[in-house]
Amino acid sequence: MKTPVTFTLNGADAAAFADPGQNLLDVLRRGVGDLSPKYGCGQGTCGTCTVLIDGEPHLSCLVLAETVQGRAVETAGGMANGPDLHALQTAFVEGFAAQCGYCTPGMLMAAKALLDRNPSPTRDEVIEAISGNLCRCTGYEPIVEAILTAARAPRNSVGSTV
Amino acid sequence: MPVEFRKDLFADERDDNLAEIGKPHIRQDILGHVTGRSPFYDDHLFDGLLHMRCVRSPHHHSRVRSVDTSAAERVPGVVRLIRPQDVPVNLNTLLALLNFGRDDEPLLTPDRCAYKGEPIIAIIATSERAARDAVAQVKVDWEELPFVLDVEEALKPEAPMVNETYPNNTFDYHDRYDHQKLRFGDVEAGFAQADHIVEGEYQMSPIEQAPMETCGAIAAPETNDRFVCYTSTQALFFSVAVAAKQTALPSSRLHFIGGTVGGGFGGKVDSHHEPLAILGAMLTGRPVKYQWDRAEEMQVGAPRGAERWRIKDGVMRDGRIVAREFTGFFDAGAYTRLSSYAVQKCTGHIPGPYTIPNIASNVYCVFTNRTPSTAMRGFGITGVDFAIECHMDKVAEQVAMDPIELRILNAYRDGDMKAHRRSAKNCALIECCQVVAEKSGWALSADARAASSLRGGGVDWRAEIPETLTDQGGQIGERKRRALAPEPFAGVSQRHTVAAGSANEHPATGNAPQREDMVIEAERLGFKVSTGVPVSSAPIAPPTPPGVPVPYPNNARPPEQPDRDASTGPGLPPAARSAEPLLPRETVPQRPVAPPPAAVTPPPSPSQPTSADQAPGGPRPPRRPGVSRFISGPRGRR
Repeated sequence: MKTPVTFTLNGADAAAFADPGQNLLDVLRRGVGDLSPKYGCGQGTCGTCTVLIDGEPHLSCLVLAETVQGRAVETAGGMANGPDLHALQTAFVEGFAAQCGYCTPGMLMAAKALLDRNPSPTRDEVIEAISGNLCRCTGYEPIVEAILTAARAPRNSVGSTV
Repeated sequence: MPVEFRKDLFADERDDNLAEIGKPHIRQDILGHVTGRSPFYDDHLFDGLLHMRCVRSPHHHSRVRSVDTSAAERVPGVVRLIRPQDVPVNLNTLLALLNFGRDDEPLLTPDRCAYKGEPIIAIIATSERAARDAVAQVKVDWEELPFVLDVEEALKPEAPMVNETYPNNTFDYHDRYDHQKLRFGDVEAGFAQADHIVEGEYQMSPIEQAPMETCGAIAAPETNDRFVCYTSTQALFFSVAVAAKQTALPSSRLHFIGGTVGGGFGGKVDSHHEPLAILGAMLTGRPVKYQWDRAEEMQVGAPRGAERWRIKDGVMRDGRIVAREFTGFFDAGAYTRLSSYAVQKCTGHIPGPYTIPNIASNVYCVFTNRTPSTAMRGFGITGVDFAIECHMDKVAEQVAMDPIELRILNAYRDGDMKAHRRSAKNCALIECCQVVAEKSGWALSADARAASSLRGGGVDWRAEIPETLTDQGGQIGERKRRALAPEPFAGVSQRHTVAAGSANEHPATGNAPQREDMVIEAERLGFKVSTGVPVSSAPIAPPTPPGVPVPYPNNARPPEQPDRDASTGPGLPPAARSAEPLLPRETVPQRPVAPPPAAVTPPPSPSQPTSADQAPGGPRPPRRPGVSRFISGPRGRR
């Protein structure tokens, strides 16, 4: 028995039929077609599936799809404003903060949640904010630096896409 | 000076500035990464996608007595089961593409599972959930078998056989040798000359690559009689070739799309997902995804293999290392994958970046009932380097010398002769050490600061290939079966001796039968051969009377005897080789009889053969063919 779920995805209306027990990650990827959140572990340990629900970071592999009914979901696929990258995306590009790119969408979501809430984080706050996101390539340092760089970018370019 | 290009030929080309080295350059794929649009294999959607999961052995070593799939087949959503007999070519080895090693690993295992997590049946269903449910419904009657998880335990005669293709639990190099060997100079003479002997044992554990994206592949029938395969592989052409072989399809019918890899680090070369996914698409006519979950990635995914190293150095009072000896064991797990090659890389790296006049090493690729191991970042090198550099520190401690200065003193300099008979070029260890010391505020002596890779190398002994010491029996590499041949290489200069067992060894005088040296001799008890092992059909050589050389013309091989293989030291005085090995085994042990190996025996070492023939042993310990004389008898230390 499938359940209809309607929500906003990156500001636009979205709808899908969810199977009982189906998680948000699967509904976003296969039901809606937003492939930016990634499957890494399916058990809430790696952070590659991180999305924002009403502005808060969540691990979409552990969220039942039905629970986002009527809520606002954001993914890395919706960060850019047309061809204009979000300040975090620009900082990741210029700061070599991605290698294989698999953790990047989740990393960006965790960072965006932080900057939306705290536009001038300390280094420790950045590290804390991405502590649930694993990266096997970069050693984290370029990611931390990129997030700090984005936080120093002109204010109007941060958090303005949704 | 810029490179002079043929400007006349390229007059119409853009005048690109190609001076990019040393400048940061934005990755060309990063825009896809930061917008979440990079096309990883799982980012391709298919209508009617089916999901594949495997039934796996829960034991380290087990045999399938029976399988009951009736309940699994009734699980709603199950479309198809793939059994071992459904795989067109079920046996493969990754490096078969390079003609290196024999096919030893099934895609789906029909009977005996040699590691925990080995797949026996694949189930294809309309959802991952249904596939999981069906896997849980398969009833397998497992017979648990004795297992071995330690490399040296695996070399004991009583150890269970792990891999039927290599029944001695060691990979066969060049179809003859149970290890990879390197010899340079005379380590025993070096040890005798040394003021200190420093020994150490080093163990590196297996390391999982743990990529963020788990391994997987999606295959689907295309409209042009091909199968498309989206894959996470980091070795696309390996995967195409392996899939073509195992599905028995021409590669022209396979359309592989990859290159976007969510972290590989070596763990995505093994090419198991592609053939299974394609087979699923062939058998169902629908798109099939075979994706490991995280637990499978960690348990079944091939890690960097464990390595155990024993190093023995002869060191002078002033810190010069005059002899270095290695015994290495590389844990391949249950199947070869890339471990055989890793051992050759290990050997190619020995003795580390140091100029040492006397070097010996034996490195074994050992099969155990652990997860098969494969590539990972510098594999084959990382483990032995870890051991070497730990050992350098130990040496420095022993001779009370600064560890960085010890390295500078012994480092390769330009022109030095390496153990592999190649001249060292573009050496930079000394300069690296100096920079590290400077950056870390580590005080070096004036001599160490003044040292240079450009000076002092390539003079006298440093440039020479020393006379290569041979083992008892006059051989660089011992044969699996004793060589009875007289000298066919008389007159070949010793200067051209190469590392036995290396690819550059002298070609044998003919093509030796593949398994002729693996025949079972009467006293080799405790040996187990599976019925499937390709034991040579060549007749077993009759015992030769004591002291009677086998008559046959130079460079001709008597059909009933194995060729004097390339590991035999060329150019040796005939006396050196004829003394002992000409005696048939049965006549040798006229020596005092000692009890079997005690609980603690010294570790086997390359330069101190502990042949059963030489051991003052009574009832000779059981031997298996293919077992090295160097570690036969008391194997390991237990």
